[in-house]
Amino acid sequence: MLWFVFKRLAGFVVTLAVASGVVFAMLEFLPGDAAQIMLGETATPEAVAALQAQLGLDQPPLARYLQWVGGLLQGDTARSIGYDTPTAELLAERLRVTLPLAMLAIVLTVVLALGLGVYAAARHHKLGDVGAMALSQLGIAIPNFWFAILLILLFAVQLQWVSAGGFPGWTEDEGSGLWPGLKALLLPALSLALVQAAILARMTRSAMLDVMREDHVRTARAKGLSRRQTLLRHVLRNAMIPVMTVAGLQFANLITGTIVVENVFVLPGVGRLIFQAVNNRDLVVVRDVVMLMVAVVVLVNLLVDLLYAVVDPRLRHAAA
Amino acid sequence: MTTAVLITPGADHGLWARACRHPSFVFGALLTALLVCAALLSLFWTPWPPTALNIPHKLQPPGAAHWLGTDALGRDVFSQLLVGAQSSIVVGVIAVGIGAGLGVALGCLAAAQRANGSAAGAWVDEILMRCADFTFAFPALLSAILLTAIYGPGLVTSIVAIGIFNVPVFARIARGAAVAVWAREYVTAARAAGLAPWGITRSHVLPNIASPLIVQATVSFATAILAEAALSYLGLGTQPPQPSWGRLLNDAQSLMFQAPMLAVWPGAAIMLSVLGLNMMGDGLRDLLDPKLNRQR
Repeated sequence: MLWFVFKRLAGFVVTLAVASGVVFAMLEFLPGDAAQIMLGETATPEAVAALQAQLGLDQPPLARYLQWVGGLLQGDTARSIGYDTPTAELLAERLRVTLPLAMLAIVLTVVLALGLGVYAAARHHKLGDVGAMALSQLGIAIPNFWFAILLILLFAVQLQWVSAGGFPGWTEDEGSGLWPGLKALLLPALSLALVQAAILARMTRSAMLDVMREDHVRTARAKGLSRRQTLLRHVLRNAMIPVMTVAGLQFANLITGTIVVENVFVLPGVGRLIFQAVNNRDLVVVRDVVMLMVAVVVLVNLLVDLLYAVVDPRLRHAAA
Repeated sequence: MTTAVLITPGADHGLWARACRHPSFVFGALLTALLVCAALLSLFWTPWPPTALNIPHKLQPPGAAHWLGTDALGRDVFSQLLVGAQSSIVVGVIAVGIGAGLGVALGCLAAAQRANGSAAGAWVDEILMRCADFTFAFPALLSAILLTAIYGPGLVTSIVAIGIFNVPVFARIARGAAVAVWAREYVTAARAAGLAPWGITRSHVLPNIASPLIVQATVSFATAILAEAALSYLGLGTQPPQPSWGRLLNDAQSLMFQAPMLAVWPGAAIMLSVLGLNMMGDGLRDLLDPKLNRQR
């Protein structure tokens, strides 16, 4: 087990190191001068020279790479050109929206998917199963930003229950509170969750059907457990291993999904930050946000791997 | 012999007959055909010129003259939807082409190197597959945004980003299937007969790994359409004046209070296209799977 954890951790560090190299190199070999690109065609030579000095473009690339990575690890990041704030501060502020949004979305995903998947498996080959799977097929095909727009049309334009976008903040100092904050994240989370829930529901259904064919389930029924008890105690518990793995991997999709959905709802999160940074050509912010998102994706994959080994003893022993 | 069932001329008749009776495949294929027809038709004919402004007739509801109404600048929505199908198909075809072309080549190379049995071959296989794993750390949308930040927004940038994301997907599937083929007796026989790895790959491996690749191509096509729509919605994909479904949705969002239906049509077009491709992929998976064939 220890060797397995060590191998996975080493893989994690190597992946992050290579990813940081790729991100750095891509922005390093820009077509043209980084400072000129960031300031635009109309910038004066003095302004360009000043920015070049600020970005440390006079130093060799390797020194700048090490400085960047070192800064990221210590939380001492470069300053955004557009906001004139260290990117770590910007990210910390924006994560207050994106992190709760992603959490809420993954909770909704799992709840919706388990409900639909278990229902479909329990009614295998019946009308309910066909209906649930048709629904999930539809859910997979709906683009999340279109679903978001439809939700706005229904709940903000027609029913006027919520505002069409924006985020009031979490605290009373900001003139808001926990409930208004959550309310603003509910529709975005739902639109992020729909597609993922549709995929996960299919996964849940097929994992449950696999388990239902096994001998121990027949034994459970034979010893007198009801259908419902067997489903919940024996089938669902065993089916959770593959389902949780997929749910973990979907967290990565949710994180990139926030780029689009935060823009539909005008939420001041990390997704909107990177979008604005691309439009303002604020490459310092683009670099750090891309790196953060890649790190989250790789970290979640690592956690899923480790979790998998914890819950599935066969894998643990095979790996050792 | 699981690999014996192929899309050979002899098997074609049975495959076609089964395909016609497969509801999911038929429904998916019809929707996909509709998408292709819309794009082809728009090359020759649209009810109105798609980019022609007609301010006096702006925001018309659906009617006889404008079937799906007009937008804020008086452009015909139905015509724009037809032309928008072009962008989706172009992105899908090229992005899947890049992904399948490079991915299958790399996957076959990895499998052939592994089969050759040398330490160097095992290393090449290992390195190629670790690279594929690594690329998964960059989801399509994220790499598209990174490329946009560098090269500016545009259709080409998004096609390249989506295509690159597809490479490891195809490489993994191709390698997995190819490794199994390399272990078969007829490949051993071909090697004993002196056929070079490239010859074996071409005449034995590729025909036998085609099924999962065809299925993956339809699924990746659907994903590419979704990704292009998302990028165009953000203004990072197809650029004006070329109409695209994603950008139509973006334009419609600011008019939600005046003309809510404008936000419905482009999304429905995306959904139906993706639904069609996914269902066709599901159908193909059933039809081309030798294990399922034997059970029938």
